[in-house]
Amino acid sequence: MLKDLFTKKKRYATIPSERAKQEVPEGLMTKCPTCRTIMYTKELKKNLNVCDSCGHHHRMTAYERINSLLDAGSFVEYDKMMIGKNPLDFPTYEEKLEADRVKTNLNEAVVTGEGDINGFPAVVAVMDARFRMGSMGSVVGEKITRAIEVAIEKDYPFLLFSASGGARMQEGVLSLMQMAKTSAALQKLSQNGGLFISVMTHPTTGGVSASFASLGDYNFAEPGALIGFAGRRIIEQTIRQELPDDFQTAEFLLKHGQLDRVVPRKEMKKMITTILDIHQHA
Amino acid sequence: MASELGFERPIVELRDKISELKTFTNEKEIDLSDEIEKLENRLQQLEKDIYGNLQAWERVQIARHSDRPTTLDYIEYLFTDFLEMHGDRLYGDDAAIVGGIAKYHGKPITVIGHQRGKDTKENIRRNFGMPHPEGYRKALRLMKQAEKFNRPIVCFIDTKGAYPGMAAEERGQSEAIARNLLEMSGLTVPVICIVIGEGGSGGALALGVGDRIFMLENSTYSVISPEGAAALLWKDATLAQKAAESMKITAPDLKELGVIDDIIREAKGGAHRDVQSQAEAIDRIVSASLKELEVLSKDELVNKRYQKYKKIGQFTFVNDTNGVE
Repeated sequence: MLKDLFTKKKRYATIPSERAKQEVPEGLMTKCPTCRTIMYTKELKKNLNVCDSCGHHHRMTAYERINSLLDAGSFVEYDKMMIGKNPLDFPTYEEKLEADRVKTNLNEAVVTGEGDINGFPAVVAVMDARFRMGSMGSVVGEKITRAIEVAIEKDYPFLLFSASGGARMQEGVLSLMQMAKTSAALQKLSQNGGLFISVMTHPTTGGVSASFASLGDYNFAEPGALIGFAGRRIIEQTIRQELPDDFQTAEFLLKHGQLDRVVPRKEMKKMITTILDIHQHA
Repeated sequence: MASELGFERPIVELRDKISELKTFTNEKEIDLSDEIEKLENRLQQLEKDIYGNLQAWERVQIARHSDRPTTLDYIEYLFTDFLEMHGDRLYGDDAAIVGGIAKYHGKPITVIGHQRGKDTKENIRRNFGMPHPEGYRKALRLMKQAEKFNRPIVCFIDTKGAYPGMAAEERGQSEAIARNLLEMSGLTVPVICIVIGEGGSGGALALGVGDRIFMLENSTYSVISPEGAAALLWKDATLAQKAAESMKITAPDLKELGVIDDIIREAKGGAHRDVQSQAEAIDRIVSASLKELEVLSKDELVNKRYQKYKKIGQFTFVNDTNGVE
């Protein structure tokens, strides 16, 4: 229709054409989605994936996060070889898992292990949103639970960086139950006097936001991270009104008393070190 | 007859026919008893075929039936001296969750449950049984009180899910649900959870961490509603029926997945056909469970509950064919 030409349409991300792909080598440059500055990916990585011109926090992979926090060479990974099954016989689920394993070089959506942060030992769990949107199924629930159990056993603090769209649909109610399982492990940790620091990164929503991510002794978030229980679209459909632009951002949660602090990535290691130090002298 | 569902139509039609013939026999004094007997046999067979072989989507419809008994219905049948207690002491009172203290066979108990309405007016007041954070915080307050006074807790689960609204997010829907999961796992009194209608996602689970988890035969328990799953997985909410079948959300499915302890049988056609006998069936299983749980020490109770959830999930290890748990 002719009038379509004149109406403002929402812009969607476009997939580069084959020709464009040949002209610009994949991943050489990155465009910031906030300020649209185009920069060298290498430079961005050096800057902890934070945009130099506007401060937008780009996603980090699990290992990038671990390298940015832990003292070099100190990380020892747990349960690296644990992989998921297909408990509901859900069509194409196994293929999707396999595709994500190839794409991300990860076996699942969370990496767990232990290491030192400026000399302080800690158990860490870092989620990776590239693997099935960081969703929590049996493996994510089990790996996090096991990591918490090690933290209890060794009397180490537990640090978790969440990045997840929520529970994994393809494992149905088993995914839902991982919320109870991980929360029960945190209850045990808490009873033991153990410290849990939760850092919510973009995005932390649904069943992950409604379980371990919200249960830290300290709850932090990275600037601009999307954090919430229900999806924005569902809420808009339910209440039939537009939501404020900053709805469900880290800053929105801070304003409403749901977070202790919003912490820029560059200050993260220093702040966590301070907390570990304060707790050590308790 | 109570409002019937689409798949029940053949049964209803046959029943109507039989009663028509019976009236005819009486009025015209023509003996049709052979005919009637034949039809009654067929009705029995038909009921067995339909009710004995309910598909997931049919169970979803029964679970959502407007006549289906709610938390307050069961409370009336099961407990005496029920006193409803209101409010979370932080923000407000959420009518989508009810709770209070009562006596159960003469002994003190705390009972909590999602509460939906039976008509539009009540549904609006109770927000269709979809709680806000203050509902979960009220529930937790009552549970901690039960723990303090050492009385067991019964939770009835019956919600489409936690309410997806702006105010709910502002007041910390995620934190409220998460806090309940954590605290419930550590309660030092017996906790029995029964899914009586729809068990929708985190909003259901927030009353669902206990020592025994039961489901009524035609209730459902799922990570997302069939409509939501269809919209998310296939971008088409009208495929809800297909989603219901593939998501494994019925009581027999959950028993097989090792998530629930047992299924509580329902009357033919659903709990709303016979609330009294449904309450009796619930009573039997709650009584038996409490007997088993009351002998456990506080530590045993909490440890067993922890192990119960710890073993839920399915995974394996690469290069290890025996590592299946």
